[in-house]
Amino acid sequence: MNAILGVREWFTQPEQWSGPDGIPTRVLEHLWYSLLGFAITVLIALPAGLVLGHVRRGRAAALVGLLVTASANAARALPTLGLLVLAVILTSGGDLVPILVPLVALAVPPVLVNAYTGVRQVEPRLRDAAEGMGMRGRQVLLQVELPVALPLILLGMRTAMIQIVSTATIAAYVGLGGLGRYIVDGYARQEYASMAGGAILVIALAVAVQFVFAGVSRLVVSPGVRGRP
Amino acid sequence: MIRRARGALVALAAALALTACGGGDDNPLDGDRGGAAQTLVVGSADFPESELLGEIYAQALEAKGVKVERKFKIGAREVYYGQVASGAIHVFPEYNGALLARVDKNDPAATTQEVDAALKAKLPAELEILTTSRAENKDSLVVTAATAREHGLKTIADLKDVAGEMIIGGPPEFKTRRQGLVGLEEVYGLKFKQFKSLDTGGPITVSNLAGGQVQVANLFTTDPAITKNGFVVLEDPENVFGAQNVVPLIYRPKVDQTARDALNAVSAKLTTADLIAMNGQMSDQKLDPEDVAEQWLQKQGLR
Amino acid sequence: MAPVLAAGEPLIRWEWIGRNWDDDIAEALTEHLILSLVPVAIGLAVALPLGIACARWRRLYPPVLAATSVLYAVPAIALFVVLVAFTGLTYATVIIPLAAYTLSVLVPGVVDGLRSVPDHVRQAAEAMGFGPVRRLVQVELPLAVPVVMAGLRVAAVSNISLVSVGSLIGIGGLGELFVTGLKRDFPTPIIVGIALTIALALAADLLLLLLQRLLTPWERTGGRAAAPKEPRRPLVTGGGER
Repeated sequence: MNAILGVREWFTQPEQWSGPDGIPTRVLEHLWYSLLGFAITVLIALPAGLVLGHVRRGRAAALVGLLVTASANAARALPTLGLLVLAVILTSGGDLVPILVPLVALAVPPVLVNAYTGVRQVEPRLRDAAEGMGMRGRQVLLQVELPVALPLILLGMRTAMIQIVSTATIAAYVGLGGLGRYIVDGYARQEYASMAGGAILVIALAVAVQFVFAGVSRLVVSPGVRGRP
Repeated sequence: MIRRARGALVALAAALALTACGGGDDNPLDGDRGGAAQTLVVGSADFPESELLGEIYAQALEAKGVKVERKFKIGAREVYYGQVASGAIHVFPEYNGALLARVDKNDPAATTQEVDAALKAKLPAELEILTTSRAENKDSLVVTAATAREHGLKTIADLKDVAGEMIIGGPPEFKTRRQGLVGLEEVYGLKFKQFKSLDTGGPITVSNLAGGQVQVANLFTTDPAITKNGFVVLEDPENVFGAQNVVPLIYRPKVDQTARDALNAVSAKLTTADLIAMNGQMSDQKLDPEDVAEQWLQKQGLR
Repeated sequence: MAPVLAAGEPLIRWEWIGRNWDDDIAEALTEHLILSLVPVAIGLAVALPLGIACARWRRLYPPVLAATSVLYAVPAIALFVVLVAFTGLTYATVIIPLAAYTLSVLVPGVVDGLRSVPDHVRQAAEAMGFGPVRRLVQVELPLAVPVVMAGLRVAAVSNISLVSVGSLIGIGGLGELFVTGLKRDFPTPIIVGIALTIALALAADLLLLLLQRLLTPWERTGGRAAAPKEPRRPLVTGGGER
């Protein structure tokens, strides 16, 4: 019970809301790392997944499919903390860059696999119809396959964002700022209120991100596509 | 058959989860209270030198026939002190000045003798420090050679005018300690632009300082990285960091005369040069604390 | 900011592995096994009845799914920390959130698995006189195994990778090796930890696959009674990362 009161007090302290260690600063830092990581991830993984899924010719296509799925399964097995620590030790880093590498590496597979699978799963009839209407490869991809694959793509992005927010939290252990700071520093100083406050903020951020994705999905996914199971 | 196995697994899991129930008091971070009656529990903090000292104590005790249980890499003093005070841990390698700052943060004692006397007076009844050794490892403020040249820095007091533009880095607890930012502000009037939480005198702090993400860093004086990187240790004329002799902190009721003698024998032989050399072995050759400790004890004839 | 490798530190010092295999590494591995497998067992034990209920009473599913989805989005470390106030620094603090994650992967798996049983098979069983319980246990669940197993494999692999995050509060199995490597500026334990985590995940995945083969003998003979193997929403793309 005392622990809970302590947390409430932590949130209501005015110092907590200003300065470089204040809640607004830390939340913005965390958002910044997350959005940066997300942007890089999508820039790498989305085009790659779309193109790989679109090209269907030959045995190479089957092999590609296998590799893409394998990468997603492999990425799930990689320990986030281990990769962060390794990146920092190998580069003697204190920067953002050594942390961005594992951050992006762990988030790329879900986006890649879902973009790939999403495009692959488009019914052949739709593609045939599009080609019948005179569309060329790129048009088919962008105007037919992409919109139909959008739910799956957004699901992959949502998964990637969950991973990114989580990695950014853990990265406080190797010196990064953001909301993870409250958890790591709180543990070091044996201040449970700070730890729990940080945890609650992280939870709130994660849930908020989920709502954003749900909202975006509603806006962006065509109603015809959304009706599917 | 599968279902029966599942049932057994569930029962096992439930049992495990239930036996682990605990906490509920003021500090949810309090550790468990362990340690068998006949065995001495030796602890250490979570930086390599502390683990090394813990190993030295543990092996010295074992050489004299004492049974030892090791609980190493617990955390900073904020984390482990409560466990020693309650008797969950019986022997801990400490630094007298830092310990005194924890026990009474306003005590002005600065020299080894003063600090020892203050500790003897102020430690709770069940705790005691044995004979302090000559070996010292102090917290210090460190800058790069370039920074020292640029601002003409030789002592901590020289930082007064430039601290406002500088970022200082150290372990998270440095921000709230008397032998940390709190004391630096009180005694030297230093107000830094920002404090960056890094690690306990480890590779992250070193690389942040070398890379310029922080301009001043808290490192330990026996850290081989200081000479390796050409860092400059700023002098501490007002003795904020004070004397920091290595000394065993013991939980009196559990530690008998044999153990005391073994530990005091270690303290008698340990020097600062020894610490620096051993840290170097761990940092350059990546030798494990157990092996470095064993070598030193054998050389001193204590094992 | 010279890279560690330039200072002559090799990526792996094999002697270190040899010296520490029996105690530090083995200890970390054992703790890791317990912390990752117990949550899977608990998660499965809860997900089965819950999933069966959701498949049976359709209105139950959307709220349960929503709750587990929200839970799933939360970083593990945050849940560990919040739980510390209630369960202290014990195994339970790590096991409970991981069991919750397992649940959020398995409940949809169980529901999808049960729903994937073809209607004609269910009707045939009913026609043969199977009561609802017998139908569930002897027909529907076995046919749902492939889909549930897919979820179980995702959950097991995710758990194995998530456990090391617990090192931030001192309960992290192989994560201890990462902490050691960080504090001592020493790549070897880190690489060993990563390699062992991957090996463990691979072993778990293969064992579960083997278990699936054992539990579904009809698929080995290629019988027509085989239910569709792939879940309708590929689980590989919708869950498990962290």
